[in-house]
Amino acid sequence: MIFRGKVWRLGDNIDTDLIISGKYLSSTDPHFLAEHCFEALEKEWCKKISAGDILVAGKNFGCGSSREHAPLAIKGAGISCIIAESFGAIFFRNAINLGLPVIELAAATTRFKEGDIAEVSLVDGKIKNITQDKIYDFIPMPSIVLEILKAGGLLQFISKEK
Amino acid sequence: MGMTITQKILAAHSDNPKVNSGDIISINIDVILGNDISAFLAIKELEKIGKPKIQAANKIILVLDHFTPNKDVTTAEQCRILREFAQEVGINYFFEGGRAGIEHALLPEEGLVVPGDLVIGGDSHTCTYGALGAFAMGVGSTDLAAAMVLGKTWLKVPETILIEYKGNLGEWVGGKDLILYTIGKIGTDGALGKTIEFRGPVIQSLDVENRLTMTNMAIEAGAVNGIIEPDNVTRDFLINRVRREAIYYKSDTDAIYESKLEINVSSISPQVALPFSPGNVASVKEVEGTKIDQVFIGSCTNGRIGDLRVAAKILKGRRAHSGIRLLISPATPKIYRQALEEGLLKIFSEAEAVILPPSCGVCFGGHLGILAKGEVCLSTTNRNFLARMGHPESKVYLASPAVAAASAIRGQITHPSSII
Repeated sequence: MIFRGKVWRLGDNIDTDLIISGKYLSSTDPHFLAEHCFEALEKEWCKKISAGDILVAGKNFGCGSSREHAPLAIKGAGISCIIAESFGAIFFRNAINLGLPVIELAAATTRFKEGDIAEVSLVDGKIKNITQDKIYDFIPMPSIVLEILKAGGLLQFISKEK
Repeated sequence: MGMTITQKILAAHSDNPKVNSGDIISINIDVILGNDISAFLAIKELEKIGKPKIQAANKIILVLDHFTPNKDVTTAEQCRILREFAQEVGINYFFEGGRAGIEHALLPEEGLVVPGDLVIGGDSHTCTYGALGAFAMGVGSTDLAAAMVLGKTWLKVPETILIEYKGNLGEWVGGKDLILYTIGKIGTDGALGKTIEFRGPVIQSLDVENRLTMTNMAIEAGAVNGIIEPDNVTRDFLINRVRREAIYYKSDTDAIYESKLEINVSSISPQVALPFSPGNVASVKEVEGTKIDQVFIGSCTNGRIGDLRVAAKILKGRRAHSGIRLLISPATPKIYRQALEEGLLKIFSEAEAVILPPSCGVCFGGHLGILAKGEVCLSTTNRNFLARMGHPESKVYLASPAVAAASAIRGQITHPSSII
């Protein structure tokens, strides 16, 4: 449960319409959704993402619509985890349910520059900014959440438990 | 210490006689709502783990309202799969075609949500039902899937922000203006992860439709749920609609609130949310004259009969400005029929409006009324995010049906009092 990757920065109030536009919600294919992720901000955004990269955003990330296609698109693009100052409540649940780690970190956007290399240890509750040689603590997730993330999502977790 | 209405409903649906904010609890659900987007993904997720038995079929309501009437072959296939799922599982409350309409207008109309209920729905505007004194929370498709299987879910008991509305409502000011004003004041994360309890003499004076408009947009301030104590207005609305027992909870006088806010409505005039946030709010007067290309009146926020009556009052004997497209969508078939019987559709037709079928399509940019590059829409919906209704370089302003109708006539953002 350690993720290491390049940081991509976003601002405050990133809504789920921006993550994946309503017109694409007739698809449930993570790769198709990833191709259109953040499309209104930048065409072919997902092409610059390498597997394991990390999103760092401001407050209220994932606000708006409950569309689970939003975390599905981000995960499909290869993002390993999202660090934000706060999250929309529905998005937060959806991300964990899909096995995409979401971490709250105060002043996150001031602690990372785009292109920094970050390393996140979910079990220890540590975020390292390797580039700037700094370490930040977050409250480690409860074991149940870690188990869900490890299984790859809530439904995978439930089917393993059976 | 006492409990808030939200805490009481949550406690009644959990194993605990009393709950406190921050407690993580397991809750039994009364109503599980899904639509053609969220329930389709939920079914796909369940297929991946071998289609477990749906234990809560009697609590499920499916409404095909987003990409309907079917937009294309893909969405038609999705509706077919949902229809087959409903038959296979034995879901009695399955709505489509001329019996469907927009879910959050349909369920109250059909009496499918009662005060004291615990509702979860695969749609963020599920919070609408708080206007009836229910706890109602939007979820994603995995939570929806798990709820359909188990009839239960979990949550962290939210803290409550109490907002009390006092004073006298001005002319052309209603639920939409109050909620826009409120979001403008507290911000789109002002109630993040919390409950908003709307209270006070002004709320009591509002009809259920205006209350539904307010709780509908609680999510736009980040709230888990918005709620209003049910009263005699609620009771009157529910007569002849409801077949289940309702419980009229009230917050205790010594309930604990995270914060309290008082809003004097006397100075509030018609409000508009400017692009690209429902929290970017100004008074109509500040933006009067802004040119628009399209006006949309409809949605789960403002597509009910009262909304159409207000629009008709302003549009009667007048025509939409030649430079704009006016789209009007009654939110359900019953509302459509009522509008027909009351002569409202004739007024709209004579005003050269396009009368659309009930659908969520326009509001979320799914289909119907998509905006081109550079176009501006004034809409009675709930979200004006970047590219929400079409091209990334289009813009959406949010306002009440009165402001929308007045603006349609002038082709620019207009205060209703300058028309009548």
